[in-house]
Amino acid sequence: MRIRPLLLATLCATAAFFCQAESLSGAAHDFTLKTNQGNNLRLVEQRGNVVLLNFWASWCGPCRQEMPKLDELYQRYQSAGFIVLGVNVETDRTAADNLLKKIPVSFPILYDTDSRVSQSYQIDAMPTSVLIDRNGQMRQLHRGYKPGYEELYRQQIKELLKE
Amino acid sequence: MDVTRVVGVTRVIRTLLLGMTVGCTHVMAAVLPADRADILYHAFEGGGAEITGPSVLVRKEVADTVSIYGNYYVDMVSSASIDVQATASPYSEERTETSVGIDYLNDKSIFSLSYTNSSEDDYEAQTVSFGISQDFFGDLSTIGLGFSQGNDVVGNNTDDSFSQDTEHRRYNLSLTQILTKSLIASAVFESVIDQGYLNNPYRSVRYHDPSVGRGYSYEAELYPSTRNSDAFSLRALYYLPYRAALKLEYRHFSDSWGIVADSYEARYTHPFTNGWLMEFKYRLYEQSSADFYSDLFDFSEATNFRARDKELSSFGSQTLGLGISYEFKSGFIPLVDKSTLNLYWDHIQFNYDDFRDATSDQLAGEEPLYSFDANVIRLYLSVWY
Amino acid sequence: MSTFNRFKLTALLAIVFCCGCSVISPWVKPYERQNLADPIMSFDRDAIASRYMNHVYEAREAARGAEGSVGGGCGCN
Repeated sequence: MRIRPLLLATLCATAAFFCQAESLSGAAHDFTLKTNQGNNLRLVEQRGNVVLLNFWASWCGPCRQEMPKLDELYQRYQSAGFIVLGVNVETDRTAADNLLKKIPVSFPILYDTDSRVSQSYQIDAMPTSVLIDRNGQMRQLHRGYKPGYEELYRQQIKELLKE
Repeated sequence: MDVTRVVGVTRVIRTLLLGMTVGCTHVMAAVLPADRADILYHAFEGGGAEITGPSVLVRKEVADTVSIYGNYYVDMVSSASIDVQATASPYSEERTETSVGIDYLNDKSIFSLSYTNSSEDDYEAQTVSFGISQDFFGDLSTIGLGFSQGNDVVGNNTDDSFSQDTEHRRYNLSLTQILTKSLIASAVFESVIDQGYLNNPYRSVRYHDPSVGRGYSYEAELYPSTRNSDAFSLRALYYLPYRAALKLEYRHFSDSWGIVADSYEARYTHPFTNGWLMEFKYRLYEQSSADFYSDLFDFSEATNFRARDKELSSFGSQTLGLGISYEFKSGFIPLVDKSTLNLYWDHIQFNYDDFRDATSDQLAGEEPLYSFDANVIRLYLSVWY
Repeated sequence: MSTFNRFKLTALLAIVFCCGCSVISPWVKPYERQNLADPIMSFDRDAIASRYMNHVYEAREAARGAEGSVGGGCGCN
């Protein structure tokens, strides 16, 4: 009976580390998705810009909270070469479009209706934000959203813009 | 359930509590319940009893990681139930219950603490509960552990000097698992341990008494001073592709008084696109009587323990429930994100297999078996902010 | 199966789930929880109403316990 809690604790502690902000490395997987403006957008074409790739869904409360904050960041740093791409992960875009009517944003919304992009980025939390530098390399990962995270995003974006 | 089993239960639960606090933290954790306020009017009418009253629940998140709530609930009772009709006179009474609770979200778990006080003329109860819940495995699994301690003081309106204590302890363990994109299931185990004065100071048992015209006389009921019970439930919730939900639930119960009970419930929720929602429910409940229960004992003090409480008899009940809900367009109530108005009506039929209607003229022991219908109304307004 | 054995099974499953979290991969991804996040997919949508109904039953039946559960939902954050 005494061994079991120790075993439990060890197994669980080594299971996987947990972090809300994580450094990443490697090239960001390229993809092409349809946008809410009607055209197709390819990630590789964004080289030269700092990209914040945000995975969101209309049914996710924290995602809805985060969107206006991301819009503020986009509007502030767009001229310095920063873009937010809002990847909606739902199979049907109707709910997303309805939400966008209530919470309009100025950055492009992409529809990942077959979940291929979510899978290739191994999304394991909602929402997830991936910061990609001007060379197309993944630099930061943020899982989830709590009020205040946008400050951390801002710091990291400013650093990436300086490069 | 004997002492060794209680020890076994608490030992397993303690192990799990330790495991959880060290933590398996693969992904993001749980979410606190949403901020909301509800105001409910409740009414129960059946078997000669009428119990109505309000209930108000307010919940608010503070500081991102903490959610607090308060509940104020009143039962206004006017009762001429079958027991009252047979042995006493109709009465009215009021019971007030207040609860406060706090939920604390740590990235790994939610810790909950609550305090409840229930107060009426002849009964005072205080309960403290503590719980932990943790999400595992990509947020697909949730484990919950809970413990509560209740201390009651039982009084008697006809005897000012009467005062007895009762203690209740509950231990529960729950496991919720997301099985598919549309199916979630849950298993709960709960153990309750009661100690102290467990019967009702107003209730009596009856026994054959040929010396009296009606053939029976009354004497005080006598209960054991402990009661240990286990309950195990399984429930599943399925999302139907056209947007509806079906819930199925089963609970098995058994205790140290010899009572075994099973309940089955099916609930169908159907939302419409214009903000209306309907819900249908069917519940079946069956229980077998306590070892020391009898509607009519053979003679005075026939057994060590004696009860004639119909709640401890063999009986079955069926409930049919219907609910209607309407969600107002956002902006209908200012400062509020979402609001709903809800009306639920439940019709319950109770049929007793070994409890007889002692108000009847029949010979003792040959009175018709008792049964009654009850209507339960819940009318409430909910707002989210 | 006796109630206590059912309890041991639940506890064992709980331990297995805790430790299995890194060996098997979650089969419902966070971005696939649309249906589960729907408000109708709650065991108890309105706590105030379920609390009262549980009280109605507990006051008239001998059985008590195991009425509630935690979990499900959108799994966000």
